[in-house]
Amino acid sequence: MSDTSGPILAADGTPLKKKLQQTLFRSRARAFGLVFPLLAFIIIAFILPIILLLSQSVWDSRYADLMPESTKAVAGWDSSTPPTEEMAAAMVTDLVQARENKTIGKVATRVNRELSGTRSLFTKTARSAAKLEAPYLGALIDRDEDWGKIETWAAIKVAAKKFNPSYLASAVDMKYNADGTFEREDEGRRIHVKLFWRTLEISFLVTVFTLLLGYPVAYLLSTLPVRTSNLLLILVLLPFWTSLLVRTTAWIAMLQGQGVLNDLFVVFGIATDEDRFSLIYNKTGTLIAMTHILLPFMILPLYSVMKTIPPSYVRAAKSMGARPSTAFWRVYFPQSVPGIGAGALLVFILAIGYYITPALVGGQDGQMISNIIDFHMRRSLNWNLAAALGLVLLVFVLFLFWLYDRIVGIDNMKLG
Amino acid sequence: MAESESDAAFVEFERVQKSYDGETLVVKDLNLKMPRGEFLTMLGPSGSGKTTCLMMLAGFETATHGEIKLGGKPINNIPPHKRGIGMVFQNYALFPHMTIEENLSFPLEVRNIGKSDREAKIKRALDMVEMGTFGARRPAQLSGGQQQRVALARALVFEPELVLMDEPLGALDKQLREKMQFEITHLAHQLGITVVYVTHDQTEALTMSDRVAVFDDGRIQQIAPPDQLYEEPENSFVAQFIGENNTLEGVIKEIRENGLALVQLDDGELIDCTPVNVSQPGERTRVSIRPERVEYNKARLQKGVHTLKAEVLEFIYMGDIFRTRLRVAGNDEFIVKTRNAPDQERLQPGQQIEIGWLPQDCRALDA
Amino acid sequence: MKLTKTLLATTALAFAAGAATASEITVVSWGGAYTKSQVEAYHKPWIAKTGNSIVSEDYNGGLAEVKSQVEAGNVTWDLVDVELSDAVRGCDEGLLEEIDPSILPAAPDGTPAMDDFIPGAITDCAVASIVWSTIYAYDSTVLENGPKTMADFFDLEKFPGKRGLRKSPKANLEMALIADGVAPGDVYDMLESDEGIARAFAKLDTIKDETVWWEAGAQPPQLLADGEVVMTTAYNGRIFNAVAAEDKPFEIVWDGQVFDLDLWVIPKGAPNKDLAMDFLAFSTATEQLAAQASWISYGPARKSSSPLVGTYATKPDLQMGPQMPTAPENFKTALQNDFEFWADNQDELNERFNAWLAN
Repeated sequence: MSDTSGPILAADGTPLKKKLQQTLFRSRARAFGLVFPLLAFIIIAFILPIILLLSQSVWDSRYADLMPESTKAVAGWDSSTPPTEEMAAAMVTDLVQARENKTIGKVATRVNRELSGTRSLFTKTARSAAKLEAPYLGALIDRDEDWGKIETWAAIKVAAKKFNPSYLASAVDMKYNADGTFEREDEGRRIHVKLFWRTLEISFLVTVFTLLLGYPVAYLLSTLPVRTSNLLLILVLLPFWTSLLVRTTAWIAMLQGQGVLNDLFVVFGIATDEDRFSLIYNKTGTLIAMTHILLPFMILPLYSVMKTIPPSYVRAAKSMGARPSTAFWRVYFPQSVPGIGAGALLVFILAIGYYITPALVGGQDGQMISNIIDFHMRRSLNWNLAAALGLVLLVFVLFLFWLYDRIVGIDNMKLG
Repeated sequence: MAESESDAAFVEFERVQKSYDGETLVVKDLNLKMPRGEFLTMLGPSGSGKTTCLMMLAGFETATHGEIKLGGKPINNIPPHKRGIGMVFQNYALFPHMTIEENLSFPLEVRNIGKSDREAKIKRALDMVEMGTFGARRPAQLSGGQQQRVALARALVFEPELVLMDEPLGALDKQLREKMQFEITHLAHQLGITVVYVTHDQTEALTMSDRVAVFDDGRIQQIAPPDQLYEEPENSFVAQFIGENNTLEGVIKEIRENGLALVQLDDGELIDCTPVNVSQPGERTRVSIRPERVEYNKARLQKGVHTLKAEVLEFIYMGDIFRTRLRVAGNDEFIVKTRNAPDQERLQPGQQIEIGWLPQDCRALDA
Repeated sequence: MKLTKTLLATTALAFAAGAATASEITVVSWGGAYTKSQVEAYHKPWIAKTGNSIVSEDYNGGLAEVKSQVEAGNVTWDLVDVELSDAVRGCDEGLLEEIDPSILPAAPDGTPAMDDFIPGAITDCAVASIVWSTIYAYDSTVLENGPKTMADFFDLEKFPGKRGLRKSPKANLEMALIADGVAPGDVYDMLESDEGIARAFAKLDTIKDETVWWEAGAQPPQLLADGEVVMTTAYNGRIFNAVAAEDKPFEIVWDGQVFDLDLWVIPKGAPNKDLAMDFLAFSTATEQLAAQASWISYGPARKSSSPLVGTYATKPDLQMGPQMPTAPENFKTALQNDFEFWADNQDELNERFNAWLAN
């Protein structure tokens, strides 16, 4: 008779849990309806494009779509034995077709990314492919001896893979081989890892500099009467009202060899006229300009946190016998940590993706990873590699977030 | 040491002035002497200069002119952390990133006191405020009253001789505040420390202090023990500010030989008063009478005193007392408080009565 | 990819309402003095002749904008002025319309267009208008006894001071080899081998620490004027413009110049394709090309234009002929940029160049 083990029932006999869900459904549906437009907008305009772009870093079906026969033929090849007649025949069929469809250029560009020089190999051979006769392998080699080389066919085999890790590998200076192994890129071509590290180094230094410069300013702002502090805050924000490009160019005028700063150094005898400081077109220039441009992003979170720290804390500490420095380090500073966390994370993440400023004032050793991404987006048109680099950067930033959460705690951060 | 202390006050303000903007004085010519062990309250409306005085004593503000002495030595140039003064702040200022124990440990650590000593002192201080079991918690996990106790313990843990308190009970509800008032006074006397206490709550000032300094307009208007302050206010500001008070306006007719003054009220009635800070016939005056010193029970009225006609406007039964609002000499806000005694008459609105008081309870003050 | 296109196309629909009217074309070029020369020599006469209008836009080279417009299915540019390697690559990737050379007018003397244009000027998707050149220049008030040869540019002992170079391997590798003693005709053969590339980089290494890298064509004259560098590679027209229009004391060293073509291309799916074709044929006629040469010192791509080249538009005593990269005096050691080589190898060489820069 005991029904204590069964579900509790509502007055009309339906289980209470179900009844509760039914009642809650309406309000949940309404709440969802309210956020749906924004959700849809974000998914369509932000998340989907990012996913689509990033998917290009591992997905490239260009070769497989345009050269179906040779794709099938190289799939079974072990990538270490010499090419076979069957592969050559499939290649000729595809080349004739691609020439007819005028898609040979796309195919050639794709293979050329795996092996330099294959672009012209494909376009030239395709021009006369229709005239080639069996045995095709001999005929191809007759056209160009590169067709007999294993490395050519290995490049084709890699290009024919739709799901293709070669771009990601390249983004971390690795090479994806036709037999599915990875190896390090030749020393003369290793660039990305180095740039990732430099990007980290510059971002870290910029974060430290903005903190060192911004902390006293934020402290001053937070202690001044509201009228004065608002006025000074406007000065802090003033750079936001000027275009980024103008500010960066202004730094060029300031820092260059014949610039204002160097002229002053010469006048005060810190430098000689022949031997002026190199303040721009190098890492120093990038650091100076980025520190200036990102400074407000450090000051604002710091200020908003410091404003909420009552002066009575430091007074209390002093009244208890703490020297001003002790009072600062043990009482004031720990309470400003949420602001430091927010400001540092903001500046660091902005810095890690910075690109116009290093491009303009960075010279050769002030370039960052985003400059290479830009290069592949706009110059080499290798969007797949750009996407792969972006993906690595994104994963890295997410890793930093995770690390930050583990060490400091995301909840211990005030953003406004 | 002992001999100098009996002459010189423990805390002393000598002709102290303070200005923030160089145009107006927030504190004007402040003179104050406090003996060791006294509980002194600075009472006054906001902006009266009392908090500034406290901050100057603590060292967070510097006096524009004059000298502040502690134990006979001028401290104007000693920074706050070397003054050895304990302080309790309005919002407690407990360090939110430290536990209660760490909060209490802080003043001991900066004094380089050894670990075992520290622990003993912290335990004693927390037990003293009955917070012994809360040592590991953070301030945010405590109620307002508990935070208040911790703040008190922290100000006392390093055994300062002088403790300053800046409206420490302002954020507590009434019941808790009354309890804490008692506990603070009790502790202060038990430990024999000297306390300067700032508040704008006159009840608090009266119940806690040995002496109360009433501040207004940058000056001490009167400094006296609570009973004297209440019963013998020296000017109309103090009379108005401390306790409930009835005011009638008039002109001094004459000062009699027995020391009393005859005052003609503005509606022509004459009454007898004790002149306090008025001396000349013809001077305008404000006459102050405490509501509980007014009598309308004819049986209790003393013979030979002037009485006034009054009309009852309102009668409020408050349990232990009756509170009656009257119209007296054109003043509609004349309040009378009478004890709820068996023979006490309960008045009806519209009733015409006569009221009177003793001349010494009726003080003629400045207008 | 399909989905991206659909998505981008949907967004594009929203803007379609504001699209250009049929009698207006959008012509995109490199800006500055170069665009001005085109406006004077091509745009104005064409507008006068046909009554259509032209929207002139600037860009910084490369195919990125064309690629995104074509892939989004929302092409707004009708005609773009590109470098040869971009013209070839764009054609390969199917981003450009093919151009039928028969629409090009013959020379005044009747020579067919195919023979009148210099070799390589007409490709499947592009028609050249000018020959331009990467040269190096110096300030004659700073270096009175100035450099004469390509080797001088790399000689830090003879001419101490900062150098300006374009931040790209293109032209730099060629110049490095020429300076190292390789004959212009052997440069690309040399670059086909790893040793040749290593040799070029080794030569660049000798001035790497003294180099300021530029990216936009407007930078080199500025670097020279600011005294940031004592000599810099540059596009010859930019230096000429600084000398002719701004009276800057710059000298061009023609030895080892690397010349290239600028060509008109039409993005695939251009909104006014037929009008764009008409403009293209009009602007590459003999007289128009000759007229442009009086505004900027870039050589016309038609042989028949050369005799018609006159004086600088605002300075009647400044003969334009000797200012051209193709002038016999300047052309002796000239090297034509090999677009085939660069199309094949630029991915690898860019990578090596970037790696070299970063080290």
